[in-house]
Amino acid sequence: MRRNSYHIQDHSAESNLFARRAIISLIGVGSLLLLIIANLFYLQISSYKTYQTRSNDNRIKVQPIPPNRGVIKDINGKLLAGNEPTFSLDLVPEQITDMDETLTEIGKIIEISDEQIKVFKRAIKYRRRFKGMPLKSKLSDKEVAMFSVHQHRFPGVSIEARLARHYPFGEYFTHGVGYVGKINKKDLQRLEDTDQIKNYAATRSIGKLGIERYYENQLHGITGSQEVEVNHRSRILRQLSVTPPVSGTDLHLSIDVELQIKAKEILGENKGAIIAMDPRDGALLTFYSNPTYDPNLFVNGISQVEYSKIIGSKDKPMLNRVTQGQYPPASTIKPQLALLALDKGLITKHTTIRDPGYWHIPNVEGQRRFRDWKPGGHGHVDVLLSIKQSCDIFYYDLAYRLGIDNISEFGSKFGFGDYTGVDIFEESKAIMPSREWKKSRFKQPWYKGDTISIGIGQGYWTATPVQLAMSTAALVNRGKVVEPRLVTGMTKNGVYQETPTRHRAPIDIKDKKHWDTVLDAMYETVNASDGTARTAFVDAVYSSAGKTGTAQLFSLAEDEEYEVENVAERYRDNAMYVGFAPFEAPSIVIVVAVENAGGGSANAAPIARKMLDLYFGLGLSGKRNLTTTAPTVDVNDG
Amino acid sequence: MVKTENERRRSSIWFRFHIDVPLMLGILTLMLLSVLVVYSAGGQDIDMAIRQMFRLGIGLCVLMVVAQISPFFYQKWAPHIFVIGVGLLIAVLLFGDMGKGAQRWLNLGVTKFQPSEVMKLSLPMMMAWFLSKYTLPPSNKHTFISFCIIALPTLLIAKQPDLGTSLLVASSGFFVLFLAGLRFRILFGLIALFAAFLPILWFYLMHSYQKQRVLTFLNPESDPLGSGYHIIQSKIAIGSGGLEGKGWLQGTQSQLEFLPERHTDFIFSVFSEEFGFVGVLLLLAVYAFVIIRGTIIAIRAQEGFTKLLAGSLILTFFVYLFVNIGMVSGLMPVVGVPLPLVSYGGTSIVTLMASFGILMAIATNKRLLAT
Repeated sequence: MRRNSYHIQDHSAESNLFARRAIISLIGVGSLLLLIIANLFYLQISSYKTYQTRSNDNRIKVQPIPPNRGVIKDINGKLLAGNEPTFSLDLVPEQITDMDETLTEIGKIIEISDEQIKVFKRAIKYRRRFKGMPLKSKLSDKEVAMFSVHQHRFPGVSIEARLARHYPFGEYFTHGVGYVGKINKKDLQRLEDTDQIKNYAATRSIGKLGIERYYENQLHGITGSQEVEVNHRSRILRQLSVTPPVSGTDLHLSIDVELQIKAKEILGENKGAIIAMDPRDGALLTFYSNPTYDPNLFVNGISQVEYSKIIGSKDKPMLNRVTQGQYPPASTIKPQLALLALDKGLITKHTTIRDPGYWHIPNVEGQRRFRDWKPGGHGHVDVLLSIKQSCDIFYYDLAYRLGIDNISEFGSKFGFGDYTGVDIFEESKAIMPSREWKKSRFKQPWYKGDTISIGIGQGYWTATPVQLAMSTAALVNRGKVVEPRLVTGMTKNGVYQETPTRHRAPIDIKDKKHWDTVLDAMYETVNASDGTARTAFVDAVYSSAGKTGTAQLFSLAEDEEYEVENVAERYRDNAMYVGFAPFEAPSIVIVVAVENAGGGSANAAPIARKMLDLYFGLGLSGKRNLTTTAPTVDVNDG
Repeated sequence: MVKTENERRRSSIWFRFHIDVPLMLGILTLMLLSVLVVYSAGGQDIDMAIRQMFRLGIGLCVLMVVAQISPFFYQKWAPHIFVIGVGLLIAVLLFGDMGKGAQRWLNLGVTKFQPSEVMKLSLPMMMAWFLSKYTLPPSNKHTFISFCIIALPTLLIAKQPDLGTSLLVASSGFFVLFLAGLRFRILFGLIALFAAFLPILWFYLMHSYQKQRVLTFLNPESDPLGSGYHIIQSKIAIGSGGLEGKGWLQGTQSQLEFLPERHTDFIFSVFSEEFGFVGVLLLLAVYAFVIIRGTIIAIRAQEGFTKLLAGSLILTFFVYLFVNIGMVSGLMPVVGVPLPLVSYGGTSIVTLMASFGILMAIATNKRLLAT
């Protein structure tokens, strides 16, 4: 009872104490709620813009859309390089935890060769890890279906549909059209240096060779972009906006597929090059180097085996013989030398020399004898005969009298010893020898004896077939020097535009009649009964002119005879031919170079004949009606 | 005969079933919001919303049942329940199941059971029982004993380790002591002592993942894709809600799954993103209403035990609220505490509803005092 009353007595005091404490607690609760509210006000009202932006950055991603690469067409609009839809199996290395395990598991579903795995593993070393990399390209419909069923088991692996480069005529155009390949680290570096990396954000391939490489900027186009909403796994949920890409420029060549196919057929197993050019505007009509290889192999990454096969071949198929093949021009440059001698007044149209079958530097005893190809010589030789019968003695003498400086300067005007400006990067300057050249190359002075074989396009002198085409065109054009080019037109945004003809400084000859003298001599070469190309062009339905050449790759001692059977194949003579047609108004210049085939009149001229027959047979001569409004530019090559 | 207000209340049907109508309305409002937000946060999964409704229903049943039990029953059995509770906590440490790297569950064969949840109710009961036996405010000796009573289950739970629950349990015990009239001198002394104790806690007692949480709290942007990810995404969700919010089911942070633990610990962020600052103010108003009502019940209670117990329970409810919102909005380190009555999840709802049941029992069980 006592305790109870004590309790009751204290009850109101305790109640008051509790009420006070409860009120204090409520004040505490209220203050903390205000703190929460103040913080939420800060987040939601004061910092709203910041967090709204960050929220959008989370969900909105900008994705690049690759442009369609411009296509490349022949003179008739036939597709030489196009884009084909294909499916490939892509892996994003960054999203794959165990690469080997994943590759093994994929291998159980669709067939993956060891080679493909090897190529893939090598490729991902040089790629950014967040970018998708194809493991297998050109999946069949069945493979696409098979993998799709198992898709959910493979994060970071997906089937991608895209347009892949395709070359319908494959190996026929490899050296000219070139090919695209996967962008590698070196390409990336270059794109970064030239500030183009953004435009390649969605692009996988880049031009590696030929036109594909030279015109990369035009062919590529402008990358578009789309804004997409993604979830936290970066899966795309919907498209918010899009800036469409701009397709690349289409390129038009003047090459005719038929001529190209013919060129390959004629050369067959022979190594060599055939190039045809319209002398009026430099448009290339044929551009073929043999042997060749399939450019389609490179588009999706070539396998090591295939690559070794190409690179290891002793026939060097990767060498572009049209622009990189350095051949002694041999007798094909005799017309130019004759022209120079006429211009310098060393000879006239009627000057004759006596050809006993050999020649040596005058007034010096015990000198080496230079021999004519014809034992016993041609007797009395004038400039006409010297060209149509390709008399060597005549040109030993001319070269000796002209001297290397004149020859070198004149040759340079025709384009020898320098890039022709043809629109691919794979080109060699070859050699137009001069005193300076020999000094820097061999640290030796130029000897008079060095000049003699220059007279017959041998010795140090080498030229590429494209240089021969350009120099022959300059001859045909009577001094108007036109640079060769593969691309003659471009279609950009649906508008076709011709590419300009590129002119160099013209070759000035004091007496214009000298042009006729040498050109007539070239006509005689083909048409006179004793012309070296006569046999090859018997019964041709068109008029043509030309010059044969036979380049020795092997020096004979003075008393040795050249016996085909005794000479290893790689030392056998190169057969050369330069020609043009129709004679009155030339629309085609043709150059044929066949390695180790033998004499030019027997082995190169007949090839030129077949090519010209087809050219006229197809009616191509009338096809290129050049308008007078065609654009031109002058090139100051010095 | 004119009835007094009290008499009228007592004769109403709600009173007879031991239901406090204003408190019940506040709870039901929160439950309704819970279903709406869980549906949105769960990626509009109707099954998840139904499961949440089911759980809330069970919670309501628990509330009803608990409300029928006289508070004096708890007063009588408080020490026994407490001893059993501590025993279970020891059992958990010895035989408990591991779950998410912590030992919290006791497998009873049929069902799993989390003894620390029991302690959320048992400790305040024990404290209220102990302190109400003597005159208030408590003497120094009783204060010391009280701290020992609080420390025992708190340390056992912290050892599991479950920092969130041990914090809630400790505060529920502490609130009893505070409401009982803990001297301010001692209170401030303790705060000073705690501050001095912090370095020891940091270097010797905290687990590395707990330390990481504190570091992340201090600077979440230092590791935006790792430990800072949760809090950064949560703040983005809340902040991007702005004044009016993105609208129900329209929150991009939650619907596109940038926000982790959307339907459980981070459900407040979903709510903030979709309903904005205005919605948040209304939600907090509902919570404030529930807390004020609970405090009124505590003040009106007639016995020391019921006053202390009711006051402690309602303040602990606030601690849930404060810790959760403080955590998701970057005011506090990440501690696994759900948003009371709104977060998806079973155990916490049952415990909370049981505590509201006790509050209702206290509100409606009044010994008729001599008038």
